[in-house]
Amino acid sequence: MTASLTLNLTFTDWLALLSHFLSLSLLAIGGAITTAPDMHRYLVIEQHWLSDSQFNSSIALAQAAPGPNVLFVALLGWNVGLNAGGGMGAGSLSWVYALLGVVLTMLGIMLPSTMLTFVAARWGHQNRELQWVRAFKQGMAPIVIALLLATGWILATGHDSSLNNWPVWLLTGASALLVWRTRLHLLWLLAAGGLSGWFGWL
Amino acid sequence: MAAHQDGASPRPSSLADLFWSFTRLALQGFGGVLAIVQRELVEEKQWLTPEEFMEDWAVAQILPGPNVVNLSMMIGDRYFGWRGALTAVAGMLAFPLLIVLALAALFAGIADSPGIQGALRGMGAVAAGLIAGTGLKLISSLKKNVMGAPVCWSLSAITFIAIALLHVPLAWVLLGAGTLACVWAYRQLGKVQARGAKE
Repeated sequence: MTASLTLNLTFTDWLALLSHFLSLSLLAIGGAITTAPDMHRYLVIEQHWLSDSQFNSSIALAQAAPGPNVLFVALLGWNVGLNAGGGMGAGSLSWVYALLGVVLTMLGIMLPSTMLTFVAARWGHQNRELQWVRAFKQGMAPIVIALLLATGWILATGHDSSLNNWPVWLLTGASALLVWRTRLHLLWLLAAGGLSGWFGWL
Repeated sequence: MAAHQDGASPRPSSLADLFWSFTRLALQGFGGVLAIVQRELVEEKQWLTPEEFMEDWAVAQILPGPNVVNLSMMIGDRYFGWRGALTAVAGMLAFPLLIVLALAALFAGIADSPGIQGALRGMGAVAAGLIAGTGLKLISSLKKNVMGAPVCWSLSAITFIAIALLHVPLAWVLLGAGTLACVWAYRQLGKVQARGAKE
């Protein structure tokens, strides 16, 4: 986070931050990460509230840390708040702003989608004997499985699809096989992946 | 649906049990939580059968919002109503949020070092494998599917090719292949029912 910015955010700006994430929430089909390109457009290109490197490291850090990937949104809000408060060295005000950023962005991205899911899932469960509710669940099953395989594929080949990238593919393929066929604890696999990356084998 | 002989299928014993179970899940989920959810809730705790997991996951995935958060909310709601839903989501998010913010504060300076970057790349590659492996594991749950194996395989293949190789937007694939699949499953379910009525 070398290139941090110093901002002066007004009440309207904070409101705009909240409402932008509120508006993205219902578009986030397949997870919040599918709306990341639009967050980048808004926060980095349009408003200049975040630097490019702050945006990218927020996503990388949330991927590496435990927990749902949606937490990258919290980190985006955190960094906007830090920038508004004058950076990490600027004292307690910047921490307050950073927490405000976390609350607004997470509330925005979560509230509409969780309300909708809550109501829809409840309705679906109460009406699970209806023929078309059962048809939906049976029909979607092979598609859901394919989506999981496709997500693994895209994450593995995302940054570099050339053949030079074969150690990464090998690692991905091996861990897929181990998850499928063994009961090895998943944390061992992640530790092995982290170490082999640390030593520069990938 | 669950075939437990004693009639009492495993379930969370209290809101606290629910909260800590989801916290445990979330804290083990580096690079995404789905693989852990499948292993813990289906294989270890058996709160869900593989078929129930698939059905809930389909709903969680097709509705907007973070999938694992949707899934935990649905599971919490089923056992304890809206309090369960809130508790499960809180369990999923509270501690991971604290950890990720602490990491952001502590590692702000060294995140760009080649060692850290390499480790992130390695863990990312494994996380990709965990998700794909979970998909492979769930293939066996298609055996009971009303659409039959050939149709299931074709739908899976079309979806994989469209998303992974052709980069078609998800919404189109869900509308196209999804509608086709649901209509076909509806027909098949109707036939099964008609056959059942005759016998």
